[in-house]
Amino acid sequence: MSQKTDMKIPALPSDKRSSFLARFGIWIVAAIVLAGLPYVFSSGLAVSTMCMMGTMIIFALSYNMLLGQTGLLSFGHAVFFGLGGFLTAWAMNAVAGTSSPVPLFLFPIMGGFTGLVFGIIFGAVSTKRSGTAFAMITLGIAELVSSSALILRHFFGGEEGITLDRTDMVQVLGLSFGPQIQVYYLIAVWCLISVAAMYAITCTPFGRICNAVRDNPERVRFIGYNTQTVRFMAFSLSGLFAGIGGGLAAINFEIMNSAQMGVGESGAVILMTYIGGIGNFAGPIIGAIVVTYLQLMLSDVTDVWQLYFGLLFIGMVMYAPRGLAGLLALQQPLLQTRQLHHVAPYYILALLPGLVAISGLSMVIEMTYQLAVKTAAGPAMVFFYIPFNANSPLPWIIAVILFAVGTWLFLRAARLAGDAYSQALAWRKLP
Amino acid sequence: MTQTKTPVPALRLSGLEKSFGPMKIIRGIDLDIPAGERHAVIGPNGAGKSTLFHLISGHYQPSGGSVRLHGDDITGIPPQLIARRGLSRSFQVTNLFPQLTVWENVRCATLWALGHKYSFWRNVERLADARQRTEEILREINLIERWNMPAGVLAYAEQRALEIGLAIASNANTLLLDEPMAGMSHGETEHMVELIRKVSENRTLLMIEHDMGVVFDLADRISVLVYGEVIASDTPERIKANASVQQAYLGTEVA
Ligand SMILES: Nc1ncnc2c1ncn2[C@@H]1O[C@H](COP(=O)(O)OP(=O)(O)O)[C@@H](O)[C@H]1O
Ligand SMILES: [Mg+2]
Repeated sequence: MSQKTDMKIPALPSDKRSSFLARFGIWIVAAIVLAGLPYVFSSGLAVSTMCMMGTMIIFALSYNMLLGQTGLLSFGHAVFFGLGGFLTAWAMNAVAGTSSPVPLFLFPIMGGFTGLVFGIIFGAVSTKRSGTAFAMITLGIAELVSSSALILRHFFGGEEGITLDRTDMVQVLGLSFGPQIQVYYLIAVWCLISVAAMYAITCTPFGRICNAVRDNPERVRFIGYNTQTVRFMAFSLSGLFAGIGGGLAAINFEIMNSAQMGVGESGAVILMTYIGGIGNFAGPIIGAIVVTYLQLMLSDVTDVWQLYFGLLFIGMVMYAPRGLAGLLALQQPLLQTRQLHHVAPYYILALLPGLVAISGLSMVIEMTYQLAVKTAAGPAMVFFYIPFNANSPLPWIIAVILFAVGTWLFLRAARLAGDAYSQALAWRKLP
Repeated sequence: MTQTKTPVPALRLSGLEKSFGPMKIIRGIDLDIPAGERHAVIGPNGAGKSTLFHLISGHYQPSGGSVRLHGDDITGIPPQLIARRGLSRSFQVTNLFPQLTVWENVRCATLWALGHKYSFWRNVERLADARQRTEEILREINLIERWNMPAGVLAYAEQRALEIGLAIASNANTLLLDEPMAGMSHGETEHMVELIRKVSENRTLLMIEHDMGVVFDLADRISVLVYGEVIASDTPERIKANASVQQAYLGTEVA
């Protein structure tokens, strides 16, 4: 035990209510940012992209209630997103045209309620187990619900899905929700409410016990908690928020398709959450924004964009397991000691050859795709505005050289950056 | 040391047995621990001491016999239900929440007993009772300076102290400590003995310990466990004088 009495004790936590600004400041800032974003990114494409990001932020954060907070790896989280969306669509179609005075704004509640109910049903089964068995059961649930969609064609609308008309609801304050910008604000408000609620849950006794279950479930039982109950509650609550996300997605796209609750979508939310960082509350928010953006951008320029996601995901798991949020968190001590400008040039030094290596790799991928899949188009192709023939050896040689040299330089520069980082940290401890 | 003998013992083990496959590890243990007693369990490595603790605390299901806590049958019920009845324990191999801070570790262990249970509507930082209790315990186990460090990065002795902190956090009336001093330096052991003496006041303590100095200093009574059987259970003086104990255990310890 340390007997160093001279050591300063860091200020102990207090149970006093903190100041208004400390409690709500960040949420007020978030609200202002959300309100202002469409003025900065005002194009139609930008607004609809931000709408998608909003639903994905809720979805990814709800997933992290399981993975990052409670240590539960689920392969079926899209089930709750999808069912929430379908029930919202059905509820809206049932209300549409009737004179029921339910404004559009309230329909995501239907999604959340659906997510909660199915979270309770499926959670009662899956959370009886933990670890690998739990993961396998959730995969089974995902398959089960996906194949139900093939049987219950009337409810899930078969291949076409279920369409809805968000403008058909009773109008409040003259909002028709025809223009995308109005939908943006609807999603923004629900996103803010959901994020704040999920954050608040992490700061409760239940939230902390979730973390304890993640760290060491066996020990939790000896401090009086039933780990199965904790898993069950986390599962149900995450279903609730996923359902809200799904309801918003239905309103946003005005269509729900059973593919949106399949295993592929469940995989996508894992990707998003993990790339953003599961160890930090903000991680999944960053992940949802970055991955949604990359998805839209990459699918525009290449047909095999999913392959690039696979590579990005593997790269993150191997070299940055704490995700983008983890990489940012590493810079915080440097920022505090004003050391970042010593290290930042090394980051750029590593980034440049990294981009060269990626362009080499991407060239190989695109040329292979051109020759193997786009056979009808012939070997003539364009990469980075440069036209060439994928059948000639020269572009292949160039691609391999770019990749090899880029990788080699990147690894060297990365080591330099690592050294610079530790040096900057050590410098802080010296005085 | 005054013994408050009550008709109902804090712990009553009757014919307790545990087998792993064909291996009988605990072979019929009968033992009464009166409320308020400090009781030590000694015995050679592999005698089944930790297994006995696992049986009492619900970690393992007994193969036979029963465990009674204040007269209530708790045989084979899950650990969390036993913990809620006021029996708390520490582990021989450090068993903490490594990513949580020292503060969070202890606070989590206080929450159930303070009635906060699965609450997902109250801010944990604003629970005055949990905050006070956590601070009190961290001062007791001398880890207050480390309160905001992740438990996983603490030094070994500090982790051992935190292990005790988790065990006492719920204010349990019955405390099981499995080799709390294992691997500690002399000075650390001395501090730990004082801590255990203090936290076991007005409680029932069952403790596994190898250090004979500590055992004879702390315990009101000692049970000697050899090959899954209690061969003697008596006051420290009589255990010291007991010939079969000398032969079966204390003798082999020296050799
Ligand atoms: N889960 C288990 N499965 C099989 N054998 C076990 C198990 N737990 C303990 N044992 C065996 O029981 C015996 C007693 O172990 P233990 O109770 O840890 O001894 P002690 O704590 O007295 O040193 C040992 O031989 C050990 O190998
Ligand atoms: Mg042992």
